[in-house]
Amino acid sequence: MVKEIERAGIPVVHACSIVPISLTVGSNRILPTIAIPHPFGDPEMGLAEEKGLRRALVEKGLKALATGIEGQTVFS
Amino acid sequence: MMSDRYRIIHCLNQFFGGLGGETEAGLAPVLQKGSRGPGQLLERLFPGAEIAATLICGDNYMATNTETALEEALSLLAPYFTGAEAERPSLLMAGPAFAAGRYGIACGAICQAIAERFGIPALTGMFPENPAVSLYRKEVLIVRTAQDVMGMEAALRDMASLAGKLLRREEILPEQDNYLVQGRRRNVFDPETGARRAVRMLLQKMRHEPFVSEYAMPTFDRVTPAAPVADMGKVRLALVTSGGIVPQGNPDRIQAASAQSFGTYPLKGLSALSSVTHQSVHGGYDPTWANADPNRVLPLDAVRELETEGAFGSLHEFYYATVGNATSVAMARSFGREIAQRLLADGVQAVILTST
Repeated sequence: MVKEIERAGIPVVHACSIVPISLTVGSNRILPTIAIPHPFGDPEMGLAEEKGLRRALVEKGLKALATGIEGQTVFS
Repeated sequence: MMSDRYRIIHCLNQFFGGLGGETEAGLAPVLQKGSRGPGQLLERLFPGAEIAATLICGDNYMATNTETALEEALSLLAPYFTGAEAERPSLLMAGPAFAAGRYGIACGAICQAIAERFGIPALTGMFPENPAVSLYRKEVLIVRTAQDVMGMEAALRDMASLAGKLLRREEILPEQDNYLVQGRRRNVFDPETGARRAVRMLLQKMRHEPFVSEYAMPTFDRVTPAAPVADMGKVRLALVTSGGIVPQGNPDRIQAASAQSFGTYPLKGLSALSSVTHQSVHGGYDPTWANADPNRVLPLDAVRELETEGAFGSLHEFYYATVGNATSVAMARSFGREIAQRLLADGVQAVILTST
């Protein structure tokens, strides 16, 4: 799905927990996330702290979308 | 001392190892004596083989902490390789993992590690579309299997047959032994010279007749990175997910595995997702945390906050969702194309796609 969206000319950041799969499949902008069942969260944290973590990840994703890249790039 | 009995180590995930479902996916490697689950069928299909021990590891643990998990697994197995020669296992078999991505990674990683550390042959089985295939096919022997557990017996039969050949040091070939091509070259004698074969192929091609090339070209499906967003302050952003987040009740009945469709769902007026409005229908991970707070998979609350603060222009009023769980590549491609067309039509200029 990532590739087809990008093929249409829309920059897309792939937020995922298993980076090797994303690299193999061919995503270009990759944002590593927290864990498979909760990529944008951590149930161990308090709600406010978790929200902060999520927000920071989204901000990183936005930054990736605004960054020019030559090839596959992991924004860790 | 040679014997006709082969001692084998079998590697399974928590599910096939009988230690639990998704809730146990975080399980660190454990080693149990004897065979478990599919291992029992394997022993029946593989005369002379005895499963000395079964290594069981949780899907999430192995796929996300691969390095640590491998070290732990290898330390558990080490005692089997320091004993008397006759006690040493002569082969490791992992899976089969079918189309399961996390399990495939675990199988590929353990096969590669065991061969490197202890020098014994190792093999696994996967559906050719398993994402772990392209990660490990060069180093690891991967028997071609069906997409799901319906193909268990056939997979174990092929794995046993290939294992037998490896143990007897017989020659193996991808076509006849049903394993995935590793890209190795080997010298063979052909009664016809290369020139004759090439001209025959050329003539077949000119006559539009079918022919099989002797040099399969790799197909790289790569997409050139799209240009970055020039003006974040004006960009129209959309959210897409393969994490199975849908409105409560799953109105489009998107399948928990091998999804046949994606859904288009409104975000207008929503400042966050909640357990009341949305749920996860993904069958490939434990949905406890996503159901309790769906923002953990589709981070709408944080995205809205940043939108309000002007970190980007505006959020597209729909999001697109499917379940990426053993979903075929062809299906995912068609979802992607259709979503892309809709995004273009709606003037979307950037996408955050979340996966579990």
